[in-house]
Amino acid sequence: MLVVEDLQVELAGKTILKHIDLEIKPGETHVLFGPNGSGKTSLLMTLMGYPQYKVVGGKILFKGLDITHSPINERARLGIGMSYQRPPTIHGLKTRQMVQICAGNRPDLKVEDLAQDVHFTDFLERDVNAGFSGGEIKRSELLQLMAQDADLLLFDEPESGVDLENIALVGNTIARLLQKNGDDLGGRTRLQYKLERTKMGLIITHTGYILDYVPVDKGQVLFDGVLSCSTNPREIFRCISEVGYEECVRCTLEKT
Amino acid sequence: MYAGENLKEKAAKAVEKRAMIGPDVDLTEFETAPVDHAYLTDEQLRNLPAVEQERLVMSGVDVFERERGGTYFQKDTAVVHCKTKQEGVEIIPIRTALEKDDWIHDYYWKLASVDLDKYTASAEINLHNGYVIRALPGARSIYPIQACLYLDKQGIQQNVHNIIIAEEDSELHVITGCATSPHLTRGVHIGISEFYVKKNAKLSFTMIHNWAEDMVVRPRSVAQVEEGGLFVNNYISMKPVRTLQMYPTTHLVGENAVARLYSIVVGSPGSEYDVGGRVYLKKPGTRAEIVARTISNGGRIISRGHLIGEVPEIKAHLECKGLLLNGGLIYAVPELEGHADGVEMSHEAAVGKIAQDEIFYLMSRGLSEEEATSTIVRGFLSVDIPGLPPQLKAEIDRAVEMSEKDVM
Repeated sequence: MLVVEDLQVELAGKTILKHIDLEIKPGETHVLFGPNGSGKTSLLMTLMGYPQYKVVGGKILFKGLDITHSPINERARLGIGMSYQRPPTIHGLKTRQMVQICAGNRPDLKVEDLAQDVHFTDFLERDVNAGFSGGEIKRSELLQLMAQDADLLLFDEPESGVDLENIALVGNTIARLLQKNGDDLGGRTRLQYKLERTKMGLIITHTGYILDYVPVDKGQVLFDGVLSCSTNPREIFRCISEVGYEECVRCTLEKT
Repeated sequence: MYAGENLKEKAAKAVEKRAMIGPDVDLTEFETAPVDHAYLTDEQLRNLPAVEQERLVMSGVDVFERERGGTYFQKDTAVVHCKTKQEGVEIIPIRTALEKDDWIHDYYWKLASVDLDKYTASAEINLHNGYVIRALPGARSIYPIQACLYLDKQGIQQNVHNIIIAEEDSELHVITGCATSPHLTRGVHIGISEFYVKKNAKLSFTMIHNWAEDMVVRPRSVAQVEEGGLFVNNYISMKPVRTLQMYPTTHLVGENAVARLYSIVVGSPGSEYDVGGRVYLKKPGTRAEIVARTISNGGRIISRGHLIGEVPEIKAHLECKGLLLNGGLIYAVPELEGHADGVEMSHEAAVGKIAQDEIFYLMSRGLSEEEATSTIVRGFLSVDIPGLPPQLKAEIDRAVEMSEKDVM
């Protein structure tokens, strides 16, 4: 379980997250909406542990441990993984090696098989992210997360830059990573499948396309550094599409 | 009559001449008198003391000559082993060649100038030895030829002159290592190298240096590539050295000739490197690429590159990347010179530290900060070199890997 309590975060001396309370239970996936600059990526980077995002108040608990000030790699080892929107290029490091790194160099890792799932076999000998298109970056990130087998997966706009042909591939892969691909129950009943689900997810989306592939449990709206609404994701998405973020947030404020 | 006397005269006039660049060195402080070492049989070569073998292995020299087409091994001033196993490839100590083979005079000091500076002059006046490696027309070397120039005597100045000839349509790969005995700390190495790549020939030359902390090194190399020829030159130096200065020059004199120069240099505290590469593109269709990777963990590195396009329809690119890991200096000097319309020349130079976001990215995949840093450095040093046989690629990877500890 991920528990975020009254989290306040500064970036370069400026408050970017004012007050965040968030709870993601095992098996749950939340989607994060919000206008540009509202702090969505900052929240993900803070959860991942990027030190430039300075936690000045509140705490982050993961699997019962206080990780508020833990370094990035400790969080990764505890089971937090992230799919970046614009990851850096690492020259001279092959994608194949990166996948092995993600898997902690497990000897039984079948890099080819994993790569095949996201149609990425041809890229294994290329330097990580070097000259990758938007969609290729996303598939590379998913491939790395598949190898990492994290328990809490953070996705920063996983569908941005992905062409229509690949959107289903990306969507279904995310669903599988989050144990939410309802087609393959592995001989279990749907209820069993749901009860056994442990993976947690937090997905930033602008387009909402991802909702067509991943059954999401909750939607959150981040506005001006505050989580302002938490309810059915489809409803939020429709509301934002129709009246915009400001209206959507006003409705929440009025309710409280 | 050969120009032998003439060369000596010219050299004598240049003994005091300082090099254009690099710190000046007083050569009179070093010993040039010949040092005797007994010739080694195959058996003796294989039974060299473990410490020496290790130094050789680091420079890419295999005493068992596995996957090697021949060996030239010079210790101080003496040739201690020289043989070829490859049909069509000759390996001759240069002093023997100068005495016996008339043709060598068409090559000796024909590209490099004997009166360039005091180092070239000294190499002529007190020539110890060096190798002549020649691939006959159409010969294809299956395995690389290995050569080693080894310094054993404290305070010695070793003068070598090498000539490498790839005759028409031949293919020749040479790996050459320079190394010092574990006990040697101080000495000078002067190495003159002249490369002749003839029509449609292919020559790859991989040089791995492992010097000692108080060594002075002054290589002087010039290459000439004829029509359709390919010259690949790899250079690796990751161990400390006091001062190393070289600016090897390549002339692409035939249409569609290609030169590729790759170098990896690591500067430790107290080391001073002034290294670079220069290529003249003199005929249409010629191409040149210079790729330099430098890391300083406290040393001073001047990394030069100079491309000169003299005619249209040439293509040249220079890439100069430096990484500052722990202080020191990296001074990148990329130069492009276009003398005609229609040249296509470019360069990219970058000097900096490891990007934080790359470290964090790898940490978020589970690596510690230290592991992430070394992964990035390893990647920085891994350069894809087209046209290099896999054994040589493996040697380069190994040299980089073995030196990694010193880098970090």
